[in-house]
Amino acid sequence: MSPSVPLQEMIRAIRSARTQCEERGVIQRECAAIRAQFRQSDNGGRSHNLAKLLYVHMLGYPAHFGQMECVRMIASPRYSEKRVGYLGAMMLLDEKQDASLLITNSIKNDLSHSNQYVQSLALCTLACMGSAEMCRDLAPEIDRLLRASNSYIKKKAALCAVHIVRKVHDLGELFTPAARSLLAEKNHGVLHGAVVLITELCERNQETLERFRKVPGTVPDLVQIMKGLVISGYSPEHDVAGISDPFLQVRILRLLRILGRNNEGASDAMNDLLAQVATNTDSTKTVGNAVLYETVLTVLHIKSESGLRVLAVNILGRFLLNNDRNIRYIAMISLQKIVGTDHNAVQRHRGTIVDCLKDQDASVKRRALDLSLALVSASNVRSMMKELLLFLSSCPPELRAQAASGIFNAAERYAPSQRWHIDTILHVLTTAGGDVRDETVPNLIQLITNASELHCYTVHKLYRALLTDISQQSLVQVACWCIGEYGDLLLRGECQETEPVQVTEDDVLDALETVLQSHMSSPATRGFALTATMKLSTRITDNVDRIRSIVSIYGSCIDVELQQRAVEYNALFRKYDHMRFVLKMQSSVFCSGSNRQVSPLVFLPQVCDLLDLLGGSEVTLQPIPAVGGTAPGLFTNTSSTTGGDLLDLLGGLEPAPPELSYLIFSAAPTVQVYEKAGVALTLSCEKQSDSGLTVTLTASNSTDSDISSFTLQAAVPKVQILANSSCFTQSKSFFRLQVNLKMRIRISYSSQGSAFQDTVQIDSFPGLSAAGH
Amino acid sequence: MMRFLLLFSRQGKLRLQKWFTPISEREKKKIIRDMTSMVLARQPRSCNFLHWKDLKIIYKRYASLYFCLAIENQENELLALEVIHRYVELLDKYFGNVCELDIIFNFEKAYFILDEFLMGGEIQETSKQMVNRSIEASDMLQETMEEYMSKPAF
Repeated sequence: MSPSVPLQEMIRAIRSARTQCEERGVIQRECAAIRAQFRQSDNGGRSHNLAKLLYVHMLGYPAHFGQMECVRMIASPRYSEKRVGYLGAMMLLDEKQDASLLITNSIKNDLSHSNQYVQSLALCTLACMGSAEMCRDLAPEIDRLLRASNSYIKKKAALCAVHIVRKVHDLGELFTPAARSLLAEKNHGVLHGAVVLITELCERNQETLERFRKVPGTVPDLVQIMKGLVISGYSPEHDVAGISDPFLQVRILRLLRILGRNNEGASDAMNDLLAQVATNTDSTKTVGNAVLYETVLTVLHIKSESGLRVLAVNILGRFLLNNDRNIRYIAMISLQKIVGTDHNAVQRHRGTIVDCLKDQDASVKRRALDLSLALVSASNVRSMMKELLLFLSSCPPELRAQAASGIFNAAERYAPSQRWHIDTILHVLTTAGGDVRDETVPNLIQLITNASELHCYTVHKLYRALLTDISQQSLVQVACWCIGEYGDLLLRGECQETEPVQVTEDDVLDALETVLQSHMSSPATRGFALTATMKLSTRITDNVDRIRSIVSIYGSCIDVELQQRAVEYNALFRKYDHMRFVLKMQSSVFCSGSNRQVSPLVFLPQVCDLLDLLGGSEVTLQPIPAVGGTAPGLFTNTSSTTGGDLLDLLGGLEPAPPELSYLIFSAAPTVQVYEKAGVALTLSCEKQSDSGLTVTLTASNSTDSDISSFTLQAAVPKVQILANSSCFTQSKSFFRLQVNLKMRIRISYSSQGSAFQDTVQIDSFPGLSAAGH
Repeated sequence: MMRFLLLFSRQGKLRLQKWFTPISEREKKKIIRDMTSMVLARQPRSCNFLHWKDLKIIYKRYASLYFCLAIENQENELLALEVIHRYVELLDKYFGNVCELDIIFNFEKAYFILDEFLMGGEIQETSKQMVNRSIEASDMLQETMEEYMSKPAF
């Protein structure tokens, strides 16, 4: 066909423009000329003008003034003009434009044109941009063409019908009979169109699907067609690299999938065929793999027999070894979809999947990561984790966070031992500490606390990690906490699980000080380090002064949080030196799920005078839980049962949950407030300052047997906010109120194998006036 | 079904756009921008499949042109690659060793060929020869009609 000279000249002119501005100028001139031409009556060059306009439109310039011209050209008797007119309609008009309705009549006329190429133009345009009204209007015409025309028109009419059904679902009824009869055609184009139409009808309407399924149904026909394609000899017209009409094959397989889904009968009828296609199709080229891929999808979605399923998964396994990256990617996506249902079958290919973690392509890596994480199970967790950790050290940054959290989840679910678990988490923190989530730190601390046999090993390991690198914040935080908590184990030197190393107190303090002073440490990390330093003051003997000086330096730190802590620790040194031993109390509970850095002062359980307890029983002290809005989650030990208890304790005292303070030791006149079964509780009060009161509770055991798990919880009404609660809130508020001081205490312990619990309320305090202040 | 087919050069200039669903002009421009930036940013030896919103994007580079086809999630990606390849073969047969300039200067013919191969987001004809024959016949019709029309009336 001879090219359009005016069009080509214009294109040349536009392309030779050297700047954007010049191009705009050329286009403006051309558009003006085109507009003028449109206004004139029929001349020979109308199609050229419209073609020019369409080119300009493709470059991104506005061309809406050509819409009416399209309408006029479509109505023209000339084929060349119709051709460009319809093209323009498809490019410039869509169902939202009003002008599109104007062409309905032209389309209708052209659908019954004597020339099939004119008919085809109309059909194509209708299938491309036909609106719902147009579709409703012209549906009967399309149906007529579906039944009685040549195959060239039939195939186009079939796809037009597909478009109509998509736009107006109800019209599916109209096309169902014709669709069925089309399956008997020989022409591949028509067959393809028919399969697409039936697929669309079945997907939209359950009843239609049943009708196509009902015995004998279309399944045997489709199976017959497929057999013909797969087995028959070489057909030059439809051959693609040795596969006969792969497009049609794939479409038929998809329809079979829909017909066989959840239907035993239909699935049975296609089992043989699917096996045949799966084994006979040549998989050296992409085409063959496309057909195999569709076959695998069909097998996995219908009710196929297990042998066939295994065959399908094996095909996917073979895909994983293919050189073509696309095929590997496809395989992994499919395996991901079935890893839930056919887990064992996919497990067989675990090795190949893990190898794909080392692939160059980022999408393949991502898929391999997803699959590998899904394949971790109790039996293979050690080897899988090794591979995953290796991957983590070399993986692209965008996958790090996902890999880290996946590893954590897998480790939590399948950890073979606590030590392994801790090792794994430490490894992740060392490699990708910056990409882990915030809850990792409290989670890890909880894990370490619970693994009491491993405290020595853990603290040694963390100390060593701290010496190597202090840039990973999560790791440093956990290490500081550990050193603070189990520093004595570190200093003792010996440890069964790792080689012994001599660590002096100075070394430890050096390490902590480095963290405190490093510019890499975040404020939260510094908080951890300061607290750890403070805790060490009870665990070491020689360098208490050094600790004191470190702490006092930070009393004038700019960071408010640090300063506050330092000031309080200083106070502890100065006024309550005898009290510091409580820092030794190892916390048996730890807050989880909280991002707040917990001050260890929170763990000061000033309820027992240890020295008074007879029987030498081991006492695990529980800190008094703080319940209240300003200290969220400090003691939320998964569930705030303790908090709930406290509310019970205070039922009747105060409707709102109390804000508790902790109490401080002091010598004072005592009064016995509780005595039962050999356990006695005495209380003494002392006024420390005008606004402060200290209450001391002493428990004693006068029985012969040991008492264990002794806990004492005390609650006071909300109005009493005592001085040291500044640890919890940023803004201090002291207020004096004339309220009767009341306190309720719950005691719980176990003795001789049975648990005891009791509550006592104290209404009057010795050393206090009745007014309570 | 297929949602759209785009052809663009390595500099991001659009050479052909076919939309199979009604989309506003603004939305079209945005999609074109997204596609060109996404596809042009890909490494040379990476996978030909991308994910974008709820569609799968299949792209392939032939000489200086990128062919970018968007398909719905249930479609077969490997077959989409074959569809792109088939279209390139059709263009090649028609223009004889097709290059980007052919498509630039004869864009309307590229559209006509596409309209004989795909329709409504589905494949229309699976035989290469059939498509070629139809195009030739349509061209012939156009020529004879034009000749007939331009003959001076005595």
